Formats: sequence, C-alpha cells, structure tokens
Amino acid sequence: MASRSTVLSWTLAAVVVAAGVIPLLIPSMATLVVLILAKGIVVLGIIILLQAGQVSFGHAMFFAAGSYTAGFWGRYLGVGDLFAYLVVGTVVATLLGLLVGLFVVRYREIFFGMLNLAFSMVLWSLLEKMFHLTNGADGMRVPRPTVFGMAFSPDNFQYVLLYLTLAIATAATFAVQRFLESPTGNMLRAIKSNETRLEYLGVSARRVLLIGYVISAALGGIGGVLVAVAQQIATPEFAYWTKSGEFVFIAILGGVGNALGAFAGSAVFELVRFYASAQLANSWQLILGIVLIAIILFAPNGLIGLWKRQRAARDET
Amino acid sequence: MRGRHRAPVPDLSSKLRVLMNSTLFVLASLDGLSYAALVFLVSVGLSLIFGVLRIVNVAHGSLYAFGAYLAATLSLLVTPISPWLTYPALLVASLVIGIVAGGLIERLLLSRVYGREEVLQLLITFAVFMIMDNLQRMIWGVQPIYAAEPLKLLPNISIFGVSYTSYQVIVLPIVAVLALFGLRYFLRRTLMGSVILAVTEDREAATAIGINAQKVYLITFIIGATLAALGGALASPTTSLVPGMGTEMIVLSFAVAATAGLGQIEGTAITALAIGMARAFVIYLQPEFEVLVPYLIMVAVLLVRPEGLFGATKLRKI
Amino acid sequence: MKRTGNTLKLLAGVSLLLGVLSGPAAAQDKPKEIKVGITTFLSGPAAVFGEPGKAAAEMIAADINKKGGIGGVPLALSFIDEGAGGEALVSNYRRLVQDEKVDATFASISSGSCNQLVPLAEDLKMLNFMWDCGASSILETKKYRYNFRSQANGTPEMLAVLIYLLKTKPNFKTIAVVNQDYAWGRESWEIFSTALKQMKPDVQIVAELFPKFGAPDYSTEISRLMALRPDVVLTTSWGGDLDTLVRQAGQRGLLQQSTFVLGIGESSIQRLGKDLPEGLIIGARGDHWFMHPEKKNDAEFKAFNEAFRAKTGSMPIYPVYHMVQAFAALQGSYDKAIKANGGKWPSREQVVDAASNLEFVGFGRPLKLRAEDNQGLEAQLVGVSKKADGFNHMVLDNMMIFDAAAITTPAGQKSVEWLKTLKPDFAKMDVPVFQHGK
Repeated sequence: MASRSTVLSWTLAAVVVAAGVIPLLIPSMATLVVLILAKGIVVLGIIILLQAGQVSFGHAMFFAAGSYTAGFWGRYLGVGDLFAYLVVGTVVATLLGLLVGLFVVRYREIFFGMLNLAFSMVLWSLLEKMFHLTNGADGMRVPRPTVFGMAFSPDNFQYVLLYLTLAIATAATFAVQRFLESPTGNMLRAIKSNETRLEYLGVSARRVLLIGYVISAALGGIGGVLVAVAQQIATPEFAYWTKSGEFVFIAILGGVGNALGAFAGSAVFELVRFYASAQLANSWQLILGIVLIAIILFAPNGLIGLWKRQRAARDET
Repeated sequence: MRGRHRAPVPDLSSKLRVLMNSTLFVLASLDGLSYAALVFLVSVGLSLIFGVLRIVNVAHGSLYAFGAYLAATLSLLVTPISPWLTYPALLVASLVIGIVAGGLIERLLLSRVYGREEVLQLLITFAVFMIMDNLQRMIWGVQPIYAAEPLKLLPNISIFGVSYTSYQVIVLPIVAVLALFGLRYFLRRTLMGSVILAVTEDREAATAIGINAQKVYLITFIIGATLAALGGALASPTTSLVPGMGTEMIVLSFAVAATAGLGQIEGTAITALAIGMARAFVIYLQPEFEVLVPYLIMVAVLLVRPEGLFGATKLRKI
Repeated sequence: MKRTGNTLKLLAGVSLLLGVLSGPAAAQDKPKEIKVGITTFLSGPAAVFGEPGKAAAEMIAADINKKGGIGGVPLALSFIDEGAGGEALVSNYRRLVQDEKVDATFASISSGSCNQLVPLAEDLKMLNFMWDCGASSILETKKYRYNFRSQANGTPEMLAVLIYLLKTKPNFKTIAVVNQDYAWGRESWEIFSTALKQMKPDVQIVAELFPKFGAPDYSTEISRLMALRPDVVLTTSWGGDLDTLVRQAGQRGLLQQSTFVLGIGESSIQRLGKDLPEGLIIGARGDHWFMHPEKKNDAEFKAFNEAFRAKTGSMPIYPVYHMVQAFAALQGSYDKAIKANGGKWPSREQVVDAASNLEFVGFGRPLKLRAEDNQGLEAQLVGVSKKADGFNHMVLDNMMIFDAAAITTPAGQKSVEWLKTLKPDFAKMDVPVFQHGK
C-alpha cells in the first residue's frame, strides 16, 4: 500500500530528526540516543532471524565480539580510528557468525535457540575468566577513537558519534527492509511457514538461514562497536544470556513486522531503564516486565503493531 | 606489566596424576556430588515443564531464589522456637512458592499463551523473571541474608582428613535421590502421572478422551516450580543469599537440562552428576576454567546430539 | 551633571556586560547550594557498602548544613546506583554533570566504576573524589587534575596486612589465596604476593583460587584448601562472598586449620557475629574501626558512631569513614579556596587547585592529598579478632596502626615496580600496638 509506506517513511524521517535534534537541546541525551540506536541495529539482526521463525538466544556473542574488538585494539594497538573499529569489529563478528552459523543452521526452534545460548555462554566464560588477556569481569577500556584521523573534544565527540550512529542506523534500516523484501528475504520467511516446500523448490534452507544469520551477526558486531565506543568499555556482561534476552525482548516489544520496531522497542527499553534507575527506586525491571507481558498478551505485534492498529481504526471512522 | 610472581606450580599432567591416584579423587567427587544434587533439583523441574508444556521457563531461577529467601526467612522465625523446625520450614517454603508463585504464573500468564509462538511463551517467562528479580530486592532487600540452622544442627564428617558437613554430603544427595525416585514413581505408577504423560504424548487425543489438559499443565508447572523452590530452600543454609542468585542458576540448570535432553528425568540426574563432577575436578586442576565447563559440555553434546544425551529424536512432520 | 550621569550609566552598563560575559572565570556569586553527586551501590552485592555509605552521606551533609554549610552554602546530594551497571552508570553520571550541573562528585565504590568514571570526570572537568575505590593503578598511570582519591589504595592496605602477618606469624611456610575474580581480587593479590616474595623469598604459594565474583558456594575451594593444608590463607573478599567463605570454612574446620587473613574484613565483623572465630587477622582499608584506639575517647567520634547506629542499626564500617573523609576533603578544598580567594566565592578551577596538596581530617589519623598524583595518604589499621564482653560480635585486638608515608608507593612509581625493590627488613618497622579496651 503506497500510503502505508509513505506514512512509514515520514515516521522514519520524523524519528531521525528527533534523534538528531533532542540531544542538541539536552546534551546528556546524546550518549543515550547512541545506545538506543546501536542496540536497535543489533535488534534488526534479531528481527531478520525472527522472520525465519528462529530466535537466537546467543546474539550477545556478536555484540560482545564487536565490543571486544574495540577493547583489544585499544589495549594492544593503542588509540584507533572509529572507522577502523567499525570495519574490523564487523568483520570479526561476521566471521564469528559464519563459524557458529555453519553449525547452528542445521537446527531449528528450541535447539537453534539453545545452541546459540551455549556458544554465547562459552564466549562469556572465556571473556570473564581469561583475566590476563581480557581483564576479566571489569572489562577493557576503549579509549576515545579518532574519526577519519581527526581527534575531537569529549563534548564534540558525543555529537559526532551520535550523527554517525544515526546515519548507520538509517542505512541499516533501509538495507534490512530491502533485504527482507528481496527474494532471499522471502525465502527466509518460507523457512518459518513451511521449510520442506522450500527445499522442494531446490533451495537450500540452510544456506538461506546462514545468509540471514551472518547478516544478523554483522549487525550485532556494528552495534557492539558503537556501544563500546560510546561507553568507553567492553565487559563480559555484553556476552551474558541476559543481554541476549534483552535483544529479543526489545524485538518483541517494538514489533517484528517492521524494522522501525527495533528502534521503537530499544527507545522504550532504554528510556525506562534510565529514568527508573534514577528516580523510581530502581524498579525498571518491574516496569519493563509488566510492559512486555502487556504487549505479549494484548499487542503481540509490538508497539508498531499497536500504532498501526490505532491508525487503521482511525482510518475506518 | 602484569608478571607472574609465584613459585612454580605443578603442570597439568602431574596434577592429573596426583588427582587420580589419591584421596583428592574422592574429595572432588564428594564436592561434585553435593553441587550436582542442588543443580539436579532445579534442572529436573525445568526439564519437566518443558517436556509437558513445551515452554522454557526462564523464571525458574527466580523460583529457586524465592524458595531460598522464603526458607531463610522462615528458618530465622522458627529457630528461636526449636532449631529442628527449620527442616519442615524448608519444605513449607518450597511448597508455598511452588504452589502460590507457580500457580499464579501458570494460571494468569502461561495459560493465555498456550498455542502461541514459542518465543512469546519464553519471553513471558523472561518478563516474569525480571519482575520477580525486582520483587525479590523490594521484599528482602540487598543485604546478604544468612540462615544456616539446618546445616549447623548436623555434625561434620571427616573423610581422608578433610571435614565435610553432613548436610552437604548426606542430606543434599539423599533429597535429590528421593526427588528423582519420587518423580519416577509419580509419572510411571500413579494415575495423575499417566495423565501427564498422556497429555505430553498427544494433547489432542488426551483431551478427546476427557482429560483436562489445562489442569495437567497447572499441576506440572506447580511440581516443577516446587522442585526449583526446593533447590533454593536446600541451598539457603549453605550460603549468603544475595540479589542475583537466580540469574546464574537458571542458565546453569538450562545447560544441564538441555545437555540431558529436555523432558528426560533420569537423564537430567546423570547429566547433573557428570557436570557437577566435572566442575569439581576442574577446580582442583585448573580453577580458571570452572565457569566454562558446563557450557563447553553443552556445546559439545548439542553439536553431536541436538536432542541431548538422552533425548528422543524428533520426527519431522511434513 | 547629565554627562557624568550618562558616563556613569555607560560605565555601569559596560561593567555589567563584562560581568555577564566573563562568566564563571571571575569572582562568583555565592551559589544557592553546593550540589554533590554521589555514586554508590544501592543494589547488588556491594550494597553492603553502598547503603551505609549513603546513610553516612545523608547524615554528614545534614550535619554540615546545620552548621551553616560549606562557606555558608548548604549541600544538596544526589545519588546514582553503581549497581545498575556500566551503561546506566555512565549515562547517569553524564546527566548529573551536564543536566543537573553538580559542583562535585564522589565516585565510586567499585574500582570498575572508577576506571570508567575517572577519565570521564576529567573529560567533563568535574571535581571528583574517589571516595572508596581501591585500585592503585588508576592514579599511577595518568596524572589527573580533577580527580582525587580521599583514601589510600590497595598498596598500603595490603602492605599493612602483610607486615602485620610477618610480625605476628614470622615462621609460616605455605600460603594460599582465595580472592574474588575481578580487578580488586587480582590486583590485591598481585600487590601482596609481590611484596611477600621480596620479604620472604622462601615462602611457597600452594594455591591461587579466584572464584567468580558473587559465587554462592566455596565448598570445592574449601575442600581443596583442607587437603593442601596451607599455614596461611589470604582473602580480600568482601560482602556476601566473604560472609559465605568464612561461614563455610568455619563449618568445616578450615578456619582452625589455617590462619586466615581477611584483608578487608573489618566490614564483615558485625554481620558475621559469632560465626567469626578468634585469631583471624583482619584489615580495615585505612585506620577504621569504631573503637579506634586513638580516637575512641573523642567526643565527636563517639557521637557520630552513635548517631549512625541510631540511623541504621549498626556501627559504622570503613566505607562510612571513607565517606566522612570525602566530605572532609570537599569542605577542606572549598575552605582553602575561599581563603585563597580573599573570602570571595571560588570558581570550580580554584577549588580543584585547592584540593591539591590538601591536608584534612576524618575520624582517624590526619590525611593528605599528595600534590604529585592526587593520591590520598591514609594510615592503616590491622588487628586480630577476639571475643569481648558486651559485644555479640568479635572485636579487634592487638591492633597495629601503620603510618601512610612508609607503606604508600612513592609518587611517580608504579606499585608493582616499587614493591619489587623492598627488602626483608622492610617488615621490621616500628609500629605501635594497641589492645582492645586499653
């Protein structure tokens, strides 16, 4: 429907503008918005896999791979350039995704989820315990990188990072939407509905899933690098199962039908956590838990689904 | 910058030799046994719930934690009256959490999402986990809580010169074994057990002959929850209760249950024992790898047999 | 007349304009309040330090405000939870600095938090007192202008404990360590073992165990130690971990078999109660003990302790005294800056520069913020656990108080390098010994 995609495009534009302008007015929001966008990028990867009906409970491992690339670089090679971090971090995450994916795509549903969880917990335990290599539970500091060779003051850097992340997030959203509408994307959805028929068509379901998996791993790595640079740290927690759970949580919260859902969910999650940890006696888990339950029970297409329903209802009257 | 400043430590092979030859082997086995007993209780509940309801209960760790905290609270209450009352207190705490919390979770939430996508069912339990984690902090606070009466009542046992608490090496394994055989008996020899197995095997057929599947799910969930809470209650005398104790246990028990094969009762016992022993041995040999062991085993097993060591292969329905 | 009036108006206008434009650099008006942002653990295992720390901060600030505030300006506190984790911590810290515009921060308890926030504070030009984190490396790797540590660090703390051990048990042959696996656990062991090898080269380290932070169960570690039978076991654990370790070890007789050294165990004494046996060597991360031998008759000290007990139900532990020191350092800096500024309100930079080389007093021996690296010089108290009438927990006996100068790494050197230059007779230093109740 032409009008629907126009509305979504306008919404996307509005979100981009908001993300770009609000931090100018409230400086401390800059880093928060970077976090929201970066996590949204990771969740785009989760959404890709959800199209195939598969949930990865270990995507934190790609997130951690990206983050620790920046951490290792900082520790062993000194201050780097942000683009170098991004490129190498994404490559590392992609390679890891390929490696793990080759094993994992043979399985479906609960087994897929479990194996992903297992791999990510192995990575977590290595990051946590190899103290002399990774600095253990405290994580590795990520020094502020240069951008295209230019060094920025802390104040300016947060804006540079913000607009860069915004650009990457926008690009990723378009790319993922295009991918999902492409033939491969459709084949991915076919895995969910009826995989055997896909194979009757002569398409290797495993190969299709692997493509989707590797792309989602790359997205995880990008998000990981951005978060590590924004927070200036990479910790083993980035690979822990609760982090993977967060990503899936955000995906369902936002709604898996549309790429914008990743960012809607991420925004709600991070904002609630931020404000609740500061004000409401640290009850952010309670609030978010109830919100998620409400979404699952009453609005299974997430926030975006709710919003669409509201618009549809309005259109009818 | 960071050098190693210690006296030469024996290398792995010589340590292995020492371990296998001597009393250290027995000691490590005992440590593994008591650890395995607790992990088994939590894992078997998780496995049972998945086997019957096909839901991964992420809140299982929270049930464990709540069981522990409530047991500690009750213990502290009854200790002045008579320390021996703390044992029934542990049992009462498990039952209360299992029935009340388990029942509420199943009736109010899970029953609404049966038949929906797996990921949604799982996420509901994840949301419950988050809520319970927060509630735990609000109810019991953040300071460590300690209630060790049940443990202190029993004497120590000396084995090869190393002193163990009877609670650890006798009570815990015995309860685990009782739970194992109790569960087996229940599922194989009682009517309710057969009903549960019937619903697991084929829900539609079972419903067709008049079995109330809803009731079966409720009872199964309560049993599973009670087992988790029991694990927590039994663990509470041994340790300081701090926020976050459920988070580690859930992923560990999941690793055990998945490695055994979700839904396999006896298999879970064997796997818990194996992983418990492996962990204890690793602490004696290369302590840094202690945390790695369960997940490495899980990866290794699942890559070869995704349905778990004892799981039945799933038929693909076209 | 009119022309003079116009000139006056012009002059007034120009000076007003200059005053507005020159901003904070010149003489300030007294602000309405001094805002202090404090990071502390309100959740998670370290809340055993964080909650008493917060209670202490509120008490101290209320007290200061009752006396008129700092330089006549009252204090206003805001707290953020270190336990919320790295991302929320950094975001909240930025919010404090950039949105709430606090004048100073106290960060943090955890060395991990400090590692993140100290460079950030420097970046944001925020006056920060590291009020409780102990990792020595933070101030040794970089010279900061805005960050100060109003307490000692791991090096003097571990050295004091080591020297006490060497003085009281000079003939031990074997030692093992059970520390939490994170920066503090690792660094504290590195400091202790490096110095130990220098002062007692023939000692044998039989086991180095680093269980995961927050581990609920030490049974296997204890079995192993019982089999190995070391003469001494060191642990720098704290909070619930230490409680569990001590209790589990006590239940199985390990505490009787080996001499346990609780490097920073002062904070667990009251909580452990009767579960803590006699004869354990206990450090206090500074000269902190609510029955400090040199201070126990001091009226202000006693009043503070009683007020704290009335508010929270327990006597203060070392994080509480560290909070006292942070406020003392803050007040001292402001007072010094105001004086240097001729009584006018100082700018942030002036306060920061006043903090350098500051001498101040908490509830122990006097302290100083070293000019070269902003490291605090704090005396260390170590004692041994002992039963005493009238207490349902152990007290410290046979206490030694070590002066900071000799046991703190000299400015400009890294701790581990300096420790490698120590000789065995380092432990022979003369240290006063105090008995409980005398």
